[in-house]
Amino acid sequence: MVEKTFTITDPAGMHARPASALVGSLSKFQSDITMEFNGKKVNLKSILGVMSLGVPSGSTVKIAADGADENEAMESIQQTLQSEGISNE
Amino acid sequence: MNRLSGIAASNGIAIAKAFRLENPELTADKKNVADTQAEVERFQLAVNESIDELQLIKAKTAKEISDKEAAIFGAHLLVLEDPELIGPIKENIESNQVNAEFALKETSDMFINMFEAMDNEYMKERAADVRDVTKRVMAHLLGVTIQNPSLISDEVVIIAEDLTPSDTVQLNPKFIKGFITDIGGRTSHSAILARTLEIPAVVGAKTAMSDIDNGTIVIIDGSEGEILLDPDEATLAEYQDKQVAFASQKAEWAKLKNEATVTKDGVAVELGANIGTPKDLTGVLENGGEAIGLYRTEFLYMGRDNFPTEQEQFDAYSAVLKGMEGKPTVVRTLDIGGDKELSYLKLPNELNPFLGLRAIRLCLEMPDMFRTQLRALLRASVHGNLKIMFPMIATLDEFRQAKALLLEEQAKLESEGIEVSDSIEVGIMVEIPSTAVMADTFAKEVDFFSIGTNDLIQYTMAADRMNESVSYLYQPYNPAILRLVKNVIDASHKEGKWTGMCGEMAGDEIAIPILLGLGLDEFSMSASSILKARSQLSRLSKADMEGHVEHILGLATSQEVEDYIKNL
Repeated sequence: MVEKTFTITDPAGMHARPASALVGSLSKFQSDITMEFNGKKVNLKSILGVMSLGVPSGSTVKIAADGADENEAMESIQQTLQSEGISNE
Repeated sequence: MNRLSGIAASNGIAIAKAFRLENPELTADKKNVADTQAEVERFQLAVNESIDELQLIKAKTAKEISDKEAAIFGAHLLVLEDPELIGPIKENIESNQVNAEFALKETSDMFINMFEAMDNEYMKERAADVRDVTKRVMAHLLGVTIQNPSLISDEVVIIAEDLTPSDTVQLNPKFIKGFITDIGGRTSHSAILARTLEIPAVVGAKTAMSDIDNGTIVIIDGSEGEILLDPDEATLAEYQDKQVAFASQKAEWAKLKNEATVTKDGVAVELGANIGTPKDLTGVLENGGEAIGLYRTEFLYMGRDNFPTEQEQFDAYSAVLKGMEGKPTVVRTLDIGGDKELSYLKLPNELNPFLGLRAIRLCLEMPDMFRTQLRALLRASVHGNLKIMFPMIATLDEFRQAKALLLEEQAKLESEGIEVSDSIEVGIMVEIPSTAVMADTFAKEVDFFSIGTNDLIQYTMAADRMNESVSYLYQPYNPAILRLVKNVIDASHKEGKWTGMCGEMAGDEIAIPILLGLGLDEFSMSASSILKARSQLSRLSKADMEGHVEHILGLATSQEVEDYIKNL
């Protein structure tokens, strides 16, 4: 399993368009991918799950990928977070 | 010929055949199912059909309307592929041996309720998305056809009980000439979209679905909220003429978009827009706004769980300043409290919130919060032409205190090596009568006034505009108000300062001639009223209106003023 924490720097938090881009990019990976915020953990492949977390700007989230392609998944996640302006770390 | 009426939602005249958008009955009872595998497959089939349909609609909308509008269907597609939605539904079918319709409803209701309970406009819209998607899958399960407006290829007027977000984004003005809904108001999603698409619309018509059949010729007068069915020749001709007149007026106004606001006798005044968020900028520029006369910053604080950070505020303010490209931008500091609540700020319950701890009073009481806003504004000031104004100022002490805080923060920033504009004007909103009366004293210390007539009128007439039993006292043309306005304008000019107005009165066609005569320097209104005001001002002579002022101020009642102006 690989885990990484990110700070959400997008002033609008984790909102629809970039969240959709992130979630949409993950369906091709086999690994289980989760995001944890404020003690709650959701399936990062679930747009409804991500939306229900309501992650505001400035928050820290922990993303974990567990499975055969976990490393590629995490790399892809990092790239997407950057390119969508969700997190600039 | 029949007539119906409703709420005018979007200006203009539409004449076309009616196309009914039916809202089919999509409920199903809970049933016991023995062959759960077959039921799961049936469910997946309905999901797949919905996916195919959505992809078609998305492509068509992207091609014929815009990618931005089509994005909502991308979100719906993601919902349909969401393992946390599809998985539980299938499990529900299998473990409880229930039919797909029931399982679908149970799970989607859970998400809908969860999102609607969230104190956030954005999340409530997501609830609407889940509803929309559920409706589509349910229709496929029940074998009911849903109509898709994007597939219409004739000129029609749509009649519906209501239009969902995914209905409205499919409206192609090439074919959809207007619409009528049974429910809704001027600020519903569908009404706002009608104005964006610039197609006439009437909402809240109540009996449109019961009274209008498919194919009926319908005339919509979106400016008046009137609907005519099966018009006779004479009426048809009358409305066709109105349609032409409206189109030519619109074209005339469009020409005024990039022109300065100049009266018939060559006097220039400034026409600005009132905005709430950076997104409103497009409307300002499209309507030829020369300035922003009021940027209501409280929207940055509302609809969230915590205070906006300095950086978030800085981002919003700079976006607006940059977008205005050097044109004056007046930002009003936080005007919250009273009836405008924040979920994360516990304020004591007041018996009289309109006369209570709000706006500048609250900011002076919570200086840390206020300083954060001031810092963000000062930092953003280098990106444009910033003017700051304090709301609800009642005494000169308050102004001096607020300005002192501003100057302290400016000094701190400069000592930190952060650049701040050296030409920020600092003014006040004039909405409390004490300030209007004392304008001469204030004028020595403020850089400008902006008259907030919405509240000034209420405080002066001591009447609540929203209280139906006394709202008749909300009289913008009452000579008392006009005299106060004159006092403020004259006081400012005596000190070489300027006065603007950001209340609704600034865009009012009866008030505009009077305000011009009184010497108002800046008129700020909703962006959609700018071109009309520019057109009106171009036909008025300031010198003429100045000549009428003495008489107008000597009139006794609001009605006399109104009649006088109408007879000019």
